[in-house]
Amino acid sequence: MRRGLLFALATSVALTAGPAAAKVEGDTVTLGAAISLTGKYSTNGKHTRNGYDLAVKKINAAGGVKVAGKSYKLKIVYYDDESRGARGAQLAERLINQDKVKFLLGPYSSGLTKAIAPITEKYKIPMVEANGASRSLFTKGYKYLFAVLSTSEQYLASSVALLAERAKAMGKKPSDMKIAMAFENDPFSQDIRAGIIDDAKKYGMKIVVDGKLPRDLSDMKGILQKVKLVKPDLLVISGHAKGAALAIRQIAALRLNVPMLAMTHCDSAKVIKKYGKKAEYTLCASQWAPTLTYKDDVFGSAGDFAKTFNKAYGYQPPYQAAESAAAVLVFADAFRRAGSFDTDKVRAALAATQMQTFYGNIKFDKTGKNIAKPMVLYQIQDGKYVVVAPTKWAAAKPRLPIPKWGKR
Amino acid sequence: MSSGFATSRFSRGLILTCVVLAILAAVAPVALPTLVKQMTVFWVMVIIAYTWDTMGGQLGYNSFGNVVFFGAGMYASAVLQIAPFTDMAAYTAAGEQGGALVLTNAQYFAGLLPGLLVAAGVGFLLALILGFAILRLRGHYFAIGTLAAGIFVAQIVANWEYLGAGSGLTMPGFPGKGAAGDQAKSTFFYYLCFGLAGVTFLFLQWLYSTRFGLAANAIRDDEDKAEAMGLPTGRYKIIAWAISGFFLGICGALYGNFVIHVDPEDVAFDGAGLGVWMVLMVVLGGKGSLWGPLIGAVLFHVTKELLWTYLLGLQYVVLGLLVIVIVVFFPEGIVGWLRQRFPNRFGERVEAGEVR
Amino acid sequence: MLENIQLLLDNPVALLNLLLDGIMIGAIFALIAYGMALVWGVMNIINLSQGEFVIFGGFIGYYTSTDWTLAIGPSASPWVSLEWGGISPLWALVIAPLILYGIGRAFYALVIFRLVDRDLFTSILATFGISIFLQQLMNGVFTAEDVIAQHGMGSWVLVDGTTGELVIEQVRVIALVFAVIVGAVLTFYLRQTRGGQAIRAVAQDARAARIMGINADQVYARTYALNAAICGAAGVLISMTLVIHAFSGLIYTVRAFMIVVIAGLGNVAGVIAAGLGLGAAEKVADIVIGTSYQTAFITGLLLVVLLWRSLRLGRQRKVLR
Repeated sequence: MRRGLLFALATSVALTAGPAAAKVEGDTVTLGAAISLTGKYSTNGKHTRNGYDLAVKKINAAGGVKVAGKSYKLKIVYYDDESRGARGAQLAERLINQDKVKFLLGPYSSGLTKAIAPITEKYKIPMVEANGASRSLFTKGYKYLFAVLSTSEQYLASSVALLAERAKAMGKKPSDMKIAMAFENDPFSQDIRAGIIDDAKKYGMKIVVDGKLPRDLSDMKGILQKVKLVKPDLLVISGHAKGAALAIRQIAALRLNVPMLAMTHCDSAKVIKKYGKKAEYTLCASQWAPTLTYKDDVFGSAGDFAKTFNKAYGYQPPYQAAESAAAVLVFADAFRRAGSFDTDKVRAALAATQMQTFYGNIKFDKTGKNIAKPMVLYQIQDGKYVVVAPTKWAAAKPRLPIPKWGKR
Repeated sequence: MSSGFATSRFSRGLILTCVVLAILAAVAPVALPTLVKQMTVFWVMVIIAYTWDTMGGQLGYNSFGNVVFFGAGMYASAVLQIAPFTDMAAYTAAGEQGGALVLTNAQYFAGLLPGLLVAAGVGFLLALILGFAILRLRGHYFAIGTLAAGIFVAQIVANWEYLGAGSGLTMPGFPGKGAAGDQAKSTFFYYLCFGLAGVTFLFLQWLYSTRFGLAANAIRDDEDKAEAMGLPTGRYKIIAWAISGFFLGICGALYGNFVIHVDPEDVAFDGAGLGVWMVLMVVLGGKGSLWGPLIGAVLFHVTKELLWTYLLGLQYVVLGLLVIVIVVFFPEGIVGWLRQRFPNRFGERVEAGEVR
Repeated sequence: MLENIQLLLDNPVALLNLLLDGIMIGAIFALIAYGMALVWGVMNIINLSQGEFVIFGGFIGYYTSTDWTLAIGPSASPWVSLEWGGISPLWALVIAPLILYGIGRAFYALVIFRLVDRDLFTSILATFGISIFLQQLMNGVFTAEDVIAQHGMGSWVLVDGTTGELVIEQVRVIALVFAVIVGAVLTFYLRQTRGGQAIRAVAQDARAARIMGINADQVYARTYALNAAICGAAGVLISMTLVIHAFSGLIYTVRAFMIVVIAGLGNVAGVIAAGLGLGAAEKVADIVIGTSYQTAFITGLLLVVLLWRSLRLGRQRKVLR
């Protein structure tokens, strides 16, 4: 019995040691990532992984990254964080301690990035993340965290601005406008909510419904019925892919008339393919659009990326995939400029990043967030995502107000 | 199912095994510094396995809701460690802008100690209250009732703004900076978790060797008869659960400090993960046995880590199959299976001709 | 909270709309609960993989209605490539039960038959194992996405006036009608046919039934597969009404369990009433106490029901077991 126990302990120790991959082996440099392959975020976890993989494939096909005169290929070690923060933190630890990975790519969602960031900070491991937009990530003084995406308060800010414009056009004051909100109970969506509340305060708008959606949301007809009763001028919804898919289905089913509807994750939920005409007129926050005019020499233009991606994975890339691919490009660029794989040198190079990718301009401020790239606001017009804000990128005017269901 | 005799619980062999294990565990962080985190999680698993066995193994009450005490302890200590030093509501407000709480060494430990004590108290009290309500149920109604209680409490906390609601909260940082500071933190919590596991184990073994153990097993074997014999079964059940709650509360507090970021549904009240794993570990090792929970924890933890490393994307398929195989083919666990194969070594005498 | 109640009372049409919506979705819950009660009553097994059978059925609904290409093998060089243009998911109401019936038979032959005479705890754990096995299998083999079954059906506007609108989804009406038909067919089957008689006989006393020459094993297999088929149909309806995801099954298991606990075993009318009631109560609670308490509401209600029942039994010195 005793010997059995000792044996079990000994084997367990020997086995958990796991595979030890050094950070740079021969001509390969290894990046690590814990992403959500299972659990509630598996939809976007897949987009993230596809983005990472495609960038690595393209960079390697083009000969890899030239660092100090030698070409290195990139490789990514993945773990599945099950959409759970505690698991993500453990896995980050494992990537750093056991797999000896010196550079991490971010997980999907703000909540998971929040869980992992303290770890990378402690070990002074640079992490370039593409899917953690919560503002609170960038107020903690993290030095090794870099985000290629715009932070969450910007997601739907332009929809509030648009509402104020519309109020003026109708000859009303912005402070007459009413906003209804439904946000998932997770760090990302709650952060967007905080942003909207700030913006609404600025204009003196009134918030008439402030609903929280559970993470295991199954039916939101109740809250939509309430929205129908209070008749707001703008309805804002954020609940990852499931929230977006459910909202459009039930808004149509309930024939809920709102003059403006704004939400996140339309493209990752593939609402156009799912609902066709019913998704029309929806305003969608996006980090990126294939119609933007950015360029780089790995993927070419934003449109080229969309084509390459579609060819490789058989669907149009949502922005989650684009920003993830951009994160890999940022790392490659930093390696090149650092001329070494020393973590501190790479960190310094990352901090000095100033580049254009197909995904947008990238320049990090002191807190590590990207300040060179604006958010865009799509509207679904005639079954396509059309950029309607900001004006610089706008391909069309927003079609507002949304006609009533009887007239659509 | 007969369990070991009271006299055999503190035999020389047992003491020797404990000492050997203790020495091994004590030197482990020095010998394998890179594995400290996983080993810390391992001791947490051991604690939750043994505390689950108190109800599930000794009293025959299979709870899926023990994770309530774990999470409650975690949040209780978080409040004690944060609220005295800063405005808790502002700190946890959604979209927190202040950054992680930085405390001095003295503040950190001045918060941690009462935090752990209060966590124990909260776990204990909550178990008393919950036990008073739910322990009226038996069998599968109890099991599902505890499952519902677990989800219910998780959802309430996930909507509690003061505690950060769905955004969770970040525990104060451990003193010390950089990788060295992190290693120090891990080692610190490793020894605390190991210590707690040791205390839990010894206390429970002592408890089972008293009259309490006999009463508990009587309830497990036939509650109605036990009651008819005049045992205050209700009181025994509630106290047993409260003891689980006590240790789970501290364990949760330690774990919260260890993982830093506390999320209500994924870390604190992780019913679908921890809540089920604690059951599986004990069933795998052997319910109601001395070493069962430990063996179960070792095997489960190692298997899980291996699956998660080598079977990316399929780990749950395999885990699901494993669960099915365990409960279908080894319902008595590994210790139970060994006991059937080698009854003599467990102090059971088998009459010639008796075939099992 | 009070102003929410006021809001509902001021708008009776909206309240009626909400209740009808709830009742019609409750019909689907009742179906799932009906299957659970059947397995529980006949085989003494609590099937925790109920929700995953539902989601499985939902995926069949999705695949029936949506155009897709399925490449089996490495994505770069597909070995077999299947293409599908999509038809009405109403067909899936036939296809899904057939497929799920087969799956139910398979699970019975592989695992469940070993659980029949075991204690409930074993069956809870084993079916929980099946549930996590299925979750990840669906996540890997089907898709990790949130999917829906496209049906192209709209809504009827029944009342349209100053007092508000009464909008009824056609799909939900179909769900209600379908649930009623399935309930009626099952009741007829159990009451009037030899097969149903055999199931009831085994439920009452498996040993006696065996002695009377009934192949109990066959009956169990049929019962379990029947349950899976019911769940499959319910899943199709769910995917036509709501959104499904490989990991979103648990909530349907919890709802089914709760309905069965309220109604009691072997009480068909009770199961249907409890299902419809739960659906309606949930919708009202959504507005009154907030959508974020959706899950808390269901589990809280389950606890209250359990405690209330045990208290009532406690007065007669009995316990809920």
